[in-house]
Amino acid sequence: MCMETREIFNQLSEIFRDLFEEESLTLTPHTTAIDVEGWDSLSHIQLIVAIEKKFKIKFSSREILSWKNVGELMESIQAKVSS
Amino acid sequence: MISSFKTLQKNLKKDTTLMPTIKVALAGDTATQFLATALKGMGIEKGCIIDLFEAEYNQVERQLLDSTSELYAFAADYIVVFQSSHKLLSLFNKMPTGQQQGLADERLAFIKNICSAVQSRLICCNYPEIDDAVFGSYSNKVESSFIYQIRKLNLSLMELSMKIPNLFICDIAALQNKLGRDVMFHPAVYIGSEMVLSLDAVPYVASRIMDIVCAIQGKFKKCLILDLDNTLWGGVIGDDGYEKIELGHELGIGKAFTEFQQWALKLKNRGIILAICSKNNQDTAKEPFEKHPEMVLRLNDIAVFMANWDNKADNIRRIQSILNIGFDSMVFLDDNPFERNMVRENIPEITVPELPEDPADYLEYLYGLNLFETASFSSTDADRTKQYQIESLRVTTQMNFTNEDDFLKSLQMKSEVNPFNSFNTPRVSQLSQRSNQFNLRTVRYTEADIERMAKDTHFQSFSFTLSDKFGDNGLICAVVLEKKGTETVFIDTWFMSCRVLKRGMEHFTLNTIVDYAKQHGFRFVIGEYIPTSKNSMVEDHYLKLGFIPVDDPSRHLFRLEVDRYETKVCHITAL
Repeated sequence: MCMETREIFNQLSEIFRDLFEEESLTLTPHTTAIDVEGWDSLSHIQLIVAIEKKFKIKFSSREILSWKNVGELMESIQAKVSS
Repeated sequence: MISSFKTLQKNLKKDTTLMPTIKVALAGDTATQFLATALKGMGIEKGCIIDLFEAEYNQVERQLLDSTSELYAFAADYIVVFQSSHKLLSLFNKMPTGQQQGLADERLAFIKNICSAVQSRLICCNYPEIDDAVFGSYSNKVESSFIYQIRKLNLSLMELSMKIPNLFICDIAALQNKLGRDVMFHPAVYIGSEMVLSLDAVPYVASRIMDIVCAIQGKFKKCLILDLDNTLWGGVIGDDGYEKIELGHELGIGKAFTEFQQWALKLKNRGIILAICSKNNQDTAKEPFEKHPEMVLRLNDIAVFMANWDNKADNIRRIQSILNIGFDSMVFLDDNPFERNMVRENIPEITVPELPEDPADYLEYLYGLNLFETASFSSTDADRTKQYQIESLRVTTQMNFTNEDDFLKSLQMKSEVNPFNSFNTPRVSQLSQRSNQFNLRTVRYTEADIERMAKDTHFQSFSFTLSDKFGDNGLICAVVLEKKGTETVFIDTWFMSCRVLKRGMEHFTLNTIVDYAKQHGFRFVIGEYIPTSKNSMVEDHYLKLGFIPVDDPSRHLFRLEVDRYETKVCHITAL
């Protein structure tokens, strides 16, 4: 991972740990909702809002429904942050 | 700052023992899970546990119109109805063109139906506007436009709530005006989730709903305490003099302070007590109120005026003791962060808003806090200031007397003594129920008890009023004597309102009792003290009045010999 990617990944992990209140939570690009306790449709909205605030970006409605795993979420963030 | 949704969520893990529980049912036509969580979290922040029943969102009509539904079985204290503008719009969109102008009436009829079905209090959210921009501003001229219908519906809800005492409108349309539609609503989230409130707006809506619940439960603000320099006017009165403070439209940023004062005056006129707490000389501080042509507030708008060099926490405690209301019903506004923190640290219950630095921002900031929610309004609320001014006048007059006797003399007190009769029975009974501290035997009497005693020749009753040059306190003391044989009268009851402590009323009362005993040939007066958790104030009452303890291990009895009694000095004249 390049520096910027690593930084985004760290910040994203921080958001996850804070939201799901799990200090030891570690993300990989393959992490999905099933792997994280409490990641349901409601907390997904909290997650989106927290990420939008942290990175000062806006997701489209299509993106919100499309991610299959953390890796795809990362790609969305990265595309918006770098543009 | 309002708590974030996350903070409200965390509140649910807090210790809530000792908090009262309120049962709330929430019914909405969109996803309300976030609002439900926020309501519970906000409840804990405001000191109560919300036992919540959440109706499924596609079941609003069934749950509310069917008296056998789970919602009614829950027996809520409050039912909150949150119908969204989006569903209103989609209903409108599906209506045939000719029927669209009937939308508001149709929805109002639904709310009316709920009102007649519901026994508990109903809190109904109104509709934040969505401008579908089909007509532009011309929609104001078109009855069948959506904007026309949504505004009509909001107005109709206000009119309906005036007719139905149990219906309260939660004004989230006003909230949207304050926050802005783009903060209130998150389109991308809405598309994927049926959430019509953004996550940032949810705590505000929960807060407005809880404001109404708390006001109905009796938790609301009664008093606004104001600093002077740079809060009520620009500049420092002690340095600048009253001619040079910033006020009105002529000087500097005076307009900001004028408008702020106008707001305070409106609050006063609707029953909020205004008090001043300022570090200043009293005379200097009062000068603008008396002489400045642009002052909106005048001295007669202020119930308690505290200007001196003592610390503000002490002065606020004095204000509290005069007004005799809880600190949690007070708001303190001061431009100085040091004073704010000092007051917060010393009196944690009081609300101290973090006033913005620029006075231009004061009002918009305060509007956003919604500090003065109320559950009632009557024209007599405006008279409240008068009653408190009188009490304040007494206290400040007393400060000018070094000798208490001189102060009491100056009050020109008068008391009217009457046996219990049909006119004073309700008040005697009320005082009997409410007096806890100055109450020797704490026997509670209903109106029926009092009527019975009034007729029974074994008893002699006395009621006492007290008025002085400042005003009338009304009926404040009652005594019941029981005749025990031919020689002794027993003081069955003696209670007094604590509002008139330290005025010599005890002496006047005892003089009256002994006069009666003498005239009717009794030799002894016996008094008894029955301790409760609240009446230790009168533990030594009879000793102080010159009674001798009676040797009785099981009771606290005291005896007075009528022939040896010297009439007590007091400054109260019998009317």
